[in-house]
Amino acid sequence: MADVTRLSAAELADALGARELSSVEATQAHLDRMAAVEPAVHAFLHVNAEDALATARGVDARRAAGEQVHRLAGVPIAVKDVVVTKDMPTTAGSRILEGWIPPYDATLVTRLRQAGLPILGKTNMDEFAMGSSTEHSAYGNTHNPWDLDRIPGGSGGGSAAAVAAFEAPLAIGTDTGGSIRQPAAVTGTVGVKPTYGGVSRYGLIALASSLDQAGPVTRTVLDSALLHELIGGHDPRDSTSIDEPLPGLVDAALRGATGDLTGVRVGVVTELDGEGYQPGVRARFGEALALLEQAGAEIVQVSCPHFEYALGAYYLILPSEASSNLAKFDGMRFGLRVEPADGPVTAERVMAATRGAGFGPEVKRRIILGTYALSAGYYDAYYGSAQKVRTLIQRDFAAAFTHADVLVSPTAPTTAFRLGEKLDDPLAMYLNDVATIPANLAGVPGMSLPSGLSDDGLPVGFQILAPAKADDRLYRVGAALEAMLESVWSGHILDRAPELEVGK
Amino acid sequence: MSSPTVDLIEYDDAVARFDPVIGIEVHVELGTRTKMFCPAEAVFGEEPNTAVSPVSLGLPGALPVVNGTAVEYAIRIGLALNCSIAETCRFARKNYFYPDVPKNFQTSQYDEPIAFDGYLDVELGDGTIFRVEIERAHMEEDAGKNTHVGGATGRIHGAEYSLVDYNRAGIPLVEIVTRPITGAGARAPEVARAYVQTLRDIFRTLGVSEARMERGNVRADVNLSLRDTPESPLGTRTETKNVNSFRSVERAVRYEVSRQAAILAAGGTITQETRHWHEDTGTTTAGRVKSDAEDYRYFPEPDLVPVAPSRAWVEEIRSGLPEMPVARRNRLQSVWGYADAEMRDVVNAGAIDLIEATVAAGTAPAAARKWWMGELARSAKTDQVELEDLRVTPAQIAELQGLVDSGRLNDKLARQVLEGVLAGEGSPGQVVVARGLEVVSDDGALLAAIDAALAAQPDVVAKVRSGNLGPVGAIIGAVMKATKGQADAGRVRALVVERIGTDG
Repeated sequence: MADVTRLSAAELADALGARELSSVEATQAHLDRMAAVEPAVHAFLHVNAEDALATARGVDARRAAGEQVHRLAGVPIAVKDVVVTKDMPTTAGSRILEGWIPPYDATLVTRLRQAGLPILGKTNMDEFAMGSSTEHSAYGNTHNPWDLDRIPGGSGGGSAAAVAAFEAPLAIGTDTGGSIRQPAAVTGTVGVKPTYGGVSRYGLIALASSLDQAGPVTRTVLDSALLHELIGGHDPRDSTSIDEPLPGLVDAALRGATGDLTGVRVGVVTELDGEGYQPGVRARFGEALALLEQAGAEIVQVSCPHFEYALGAYYLILPSEASSNLAKFDGMRFGLRVEPADGPVTAERVMAATRGAGFGPEVKRRIILGTYALSAGYYDAYYGSAQKVRTLIQRDFAAAFTHADVLVSPTAPTTAFRLGEKLDDPLAMYLNDVATIPANLAGVPGMSLPSGLSDDGLPVGFQILAPAKADDRLYRVGAALEAMLESVWSGHILDRAPELEVGK
Repeated sequence: MSSPTVDLIEYDDAVARFDPVIGIEVHVELGTRTKMFCPAEAVFGEEPNTAVSPVSLGLPGALPVVNGTAVEYAIRIGLALNCSIAETCRFARKNYFYPDVPKNFQTSQYDEPIAFDGYLDVELGDGTIFRVEIERAHMEEDAGKNTHVGGATGRIHGAEYSLVDYNRAGIPLVEIVTRPITGAGARAPEVARAYVQTLRDIFRTLGVSEARMERGNVRADVNLSLRDTPESPLGTRTETKNVNSFRSVERAVRYEVSRQAAILAAGGTITQETRHWHEDTGTTTAGRVKSDAEDYRYFPEPDLVPVAPSRAWVEEIRSGLPEMPVARRNRLQSVWGYADAEMRDVVNAGAIDLIEATVAAGTAPAAARKWWMGELARSAKTDQVELEDLRVTPAQIAELQGLVDSGRLNDKLARQVLEGVLAGEGSPGQVVVARGLEVVSDDGALLAAIDAALAAQPDVVAKVRSGNLGPVGAIIGAVMKATKGQADAGRVRALVVERIGTDG
């Protein structure tokens, strides 16, 4: 058999189902790949080899016994370190959670375990998911497999890099303002932010509760659909979880892959193009539109006039919620505990010393911003106004979706920038998410898939947005575009990425 | 400014010079099986930190889910307090750092309480009805409990270390807030006490809480301010926290009236502050000054969706509400025809249930009151027990009065019979026979009918003789039928009981 790590999750699942390959073999192959490339990529914060192999053995035994198992049973997966995993370290990329072993599993992890997916490990991320480059991890940055001197995106750079580097066929990401989609765009992978409430948030270490959403990170649209269907659906432990069945996502992906988009109206968001977008990014976007038109889609221009205020609103709502969500990290019950160097050891002083030592600069910056924005006398001007902008953006989407079935844009304005390039310029860093943030503010689903390489030879992402609870449209349009692009490229975009293993 | 050595003005002088205004916040712990936002059990007195879950420990990733029973109880309370019930309302986060608050914010309701704009009529000692206006009743969660070890007993200052028990963290609370209570004048302390006591009775009647003051199930914060005259604007208030018995509520108001009056009379000003209540000395001391008050940075809880009780559900709850104590006593007073003073004595003596049961057993209300408030009240006083602890049941009093009504006992004999009953000599009928106290009467016609009924229903006789007095009604019914309803039921009953007793 060819290199197992190059198979898509669907192909791997088929091979496992046909008993051409065991899960132990597949899992070991990925662990071997991790051992080979991790020194260069650093996508993982924790490798869970023993437990993953035990899960694999269990699945193999069940298959051997003729048991009915989930289609993805035995297909290994990487999980972003912001997702709580029982008996496995969970740090959210922060020093303040170093050594914490959660006593419970996130709902989505429970679903992965029940379906028999070996968990390879926990992936690197910007601390508490604050960042667009994974440089804000307390445990060192992750490198982009396309160019090790460049960022893998963020906050979920670890998950995207792991999938792009063939360390895992599947990964879990979380997306608060683009943390699944932007890393996917800059690493040549597929990432989906589901409709808000589509995947349980129970066990996700919250950044901004009203924006956070977990979703799949994969190399193909079909793989995302398979994983999305597994982790999605109602969870009574998350009050904001949607109590309705998911639309058929795998079916939509299979339908889309036939390449026929007749009757589908694709809206190009005027405000998410033009100034600030790299020429190569714009060129690939235009070519993708042409392909969609060839497939029978109708391309229309739509305007979302309030999107220009999205970034400002986002950077008030997110820090506000984060300042409260991160208050629990105080050294009293779990994680890091630092006693003051001198003076009395009171609870208040231990809290202050712990938080001072445990949080990195970006986290502190946003806690201070959010605390200020929620303060008496400022609430209406900041948090209150931001919520009004949020409503206007939701109305923009509602209006746009009367003219179009899906909206499209480049996922990120540029390809991957160099490590350190924007570290000292938070505003420049924040601008990376200008195209992805509106979806979080409105709760609508979004997908990024590769649409080619820019002039600099780095991947470009194509974003598709759909109305809330119509995630299936992402998969139909995404799969169609993917099929046409791969036909143009005669293969997967990652086939063109440099080989990371010396001697291969 | 207030001076550290506290001068007081005699209460009567204080209220002669100033008009007191009170405001009371009552917290009640709801008697739900589980906590406000998680399935951990809501228990009292268990081993510390055993009734907890990831949610009530505030672990990273955990999410709250609203306890539906707690919402129902809150609505019950709101309806009993004549409040409007919100069609939709939200929870909010009250942010402050303290080790007994696991998330470092309390999930509470802020500007959208579930119940608002109500009132409660409370009765004072002389029967005056005083209306207390309710501003709001809202839902929230309790904090954990700190124990300070070492140093002064139970005080944080000087303690060597502190322990936190999170069993109480997350227990559902309803906080009930009054509008400023004006017009009570010198009776402000009595109004405050009567209000809290009436609330406690309502909580028990509603079945929403055990409402045990000594366990802290019900906790009161008492606000007090003075003004020159009832026409003057409201003065500066103090808030005396955690006044946890009825008597203390009354004493705390009295103390603050005297203390504030002394300051104002000396030309001083009242500092807006919280004050600590000292049960042992009956005094208050300064706590936190308003200007130091924390900014709680309230904002809507993004992890919870709004609570929107349907109107149908609210009406269903309303129709299922038990009769409130005041309504019940008004109804019974009207039915029984007692004078106001008589009814007040009955209530104060705790005789309302006993009289109700006696009347239900066939005794005229006036006669029932005469027994319970006369002979029996004297007996209870002599024995220093409560009326309900006397060795006599309402059914026995009804039987005794039946013997009087039928002419078989006169008042003097009846008192002797009661003496025998209280001494444990058996039922009134048995005491009459045993002591030979029966007055001579001509019951020939009734006895013939009774004998016939007894002969016709030997099974009933056997049951009654074996101690089961229930079926005796069947005999009485037969006699009543045979005598075309002209017999005195009480007399028949006495005769039947005696007849069966004698034969045995």
